[in-house]
Amino acid sequence: MSALSRHIEAFGALLLAVIWISPLLFAFWAAFHSTSDAVNFNVTAPWTLDNFRVAWAGAPWLQYFLNTFLLVTVILIGQFIVTTLAGFAFAQVRFPGRDFVFILVLMQLFILPEVLIVENYAMVSRLGLFDSILGVGMPYMASAFGIFLMRQAFKGVPIELHEAARVEGCGWFGILWRVYVPLARPTYLAYALVSVSTHWNNFLWPLIVTNSPDTRPLTVGLSIFGAPENGVDISVISAATMMSVAPLLVAFLVFQRQFVQAFLRAGIK
Amino acid sequence: MAHHVNIERRRQAVYGWLLLSPAVILLTTFAFYPSLATLWSSLFSRGTRRRPSEFVGTENYTDLFADPTFWKVVTNNLIYAGATIPISIAIALGMALWANSKIPARGFVRTAYFTPTVLPMIAAANLWLFFYTPGLGVLDQIGSLFGLPSVNWLGQPETALWAVIVVTIWKEAGFFMIFYLAALQTIPEDLKEAADIEGASRWTYTRRIVLPLLMPTTLFIMVNALINSVKLIDHLFILTKGGPNDASKLILYYIWEMAFAFFDAPHAAAMTILVLVVLGVVAGIKFTILDKRTHYQ
Repeated sequence: MSALSRHIEAFGALLLAVIWISPLLFAFWAAFHSTSDAVNFNVTAPWTLDNFRVAWAGAPWLQYFLNTFLLVTVILIGQFIVTTLAGFAFAQVRFPGRDFVFILVLMQLFILPEVLIVENYAMVSRLGLFDSILGVGMPYMASAFGIFLMRQAFKGVPIELHEAARVEGCGWFGILWRVYVPLARPTYLAYALVSVSTHWNNFLWPLIVTNSPDTRPLTVGLSIFGAPENGVDISVISAATMMSVAPLLVAFLVFQRQFVQAFLRAGIK
Repeated sequence: MAHHVNIERRRQAVYGWLLLSPAVILLTTFAFYPSLATLWSSLFSRGTRRRPSEFVGTENYTDLFADPTFWKVVTNNLIYAGATIPISIAIALGMALWANSKIPARGFVRTAYFTPTVLPMIAAANLWLFFYTPGLGVLDQIGSLFGLPSVNWLGQPETALWAVIVVTIWKEAGFFMIFYLAALQTIPEDLKEAADIEGASRWTYTRRIVLPLLMPTTLFIMVNALINSVKLIDHLFILTKGGPNDASKLILYYIWEMAFAFFDAPHAAAMTILVLVVLGVVAGIKFTILDKRTHYQ
């Protein structure tokens, strides 16, 4: 009885896995077949790269890739600097007003940048950052979540190391840079993976702030490319979709364990 | 000596604020000031060339409450939250229990469950478009095998919102699974052994021991899912654009449309404030009630 139910469960788990992955598999398959073969599920149809050729010629993908790459890099560097300094202040420096500011930061966890699109758009325009990669990235740099994560990581550093470095004549910055940052390396890695995958995939805010192919990230480019007005067929859209998810997807499949660990470390506070 | 301590304390304060200043400046610029500015601009009328914007008090809010589209969108978002939160949590729990048990091809199963998480919502929408397209789509093809008629999943008001909901669940269930998986691995083995000795069935063990121990994780996921039910709207841009007849329009999409398609910033601001109030209540509940009852560390 128990063996039978075990088999049924294993079957259920596998079935769900196949269902879950099937949209991706279908798109992958369609991307390599002509549209008529794809919609008719002609399994024996020949494989082709034509869809990728058409898709590639249809939009400045290289520029989009570059923009997305620059965007996630700018955001990550900004976040590392801002959250390291703030996290250290919250974890190891005692000063009046600290707890009040910390509550403000926690509040920001719930004021989603996505919700404030109207005023943030006005702010970015006022700062002259409209249609720039910095303009897309800036609102995300002081991530409350990142500050929280860094604070937790720095709190775990033994105070003896801090004291030892001070006795050796290290200043505040030296202690932060030589003691805290190296010890928090796993947290940085986790945060980087979460941040990169979040912003690689972000759409609404970049859609609002960018207005030209020179700044548009992949997600916005893909949505414009696939818009029904453009009348692109399903195989070509599949090819374009595959192209734009490939880097992150391949990275995920290769570094799966680290990815999952990263999301876990980031999620469990 | 007291003098010395005082100087040290002042030095700490200066360092502290210097370290915090980049974060404080950025948070003020892109979170706190915009929140207040939104509240402020929600109290003014929309300025036109002839009539400059003027203070109208709560008129934008009363307009919204009188707007049937607003109520339609709110209802849609409640259905969206009411469906995506429990269903994705239930699926995530099932996935985690399976992915944690000894089944064949466990690596593949885990990867398959988690993969949608790393895809952009826009790409996910493109993939699902292939399923939903009437006549040509996968769903219709499967349906026609059983002699079912072609259904325009995204084009008819009865199914459009549900088609959107399915994509959201598909996207987030694997993500939530990870948190359950981590929690499951912290449950000590001896509990299982004790349950076996007592002759408890697997179902009893799951229901009476595992589920209660997963409660803090469930609450954490629930808050995340709730935030997602406001935030995850990217796929609307591809799948339905809120249509047909606003049948699948969600609040954040409506805010975007109001502000950037109809150029009606004051009403968009009023709606933003209402969303912020709801999020504030959720935050309040989380920080006061939930954090007291559950311990993460």
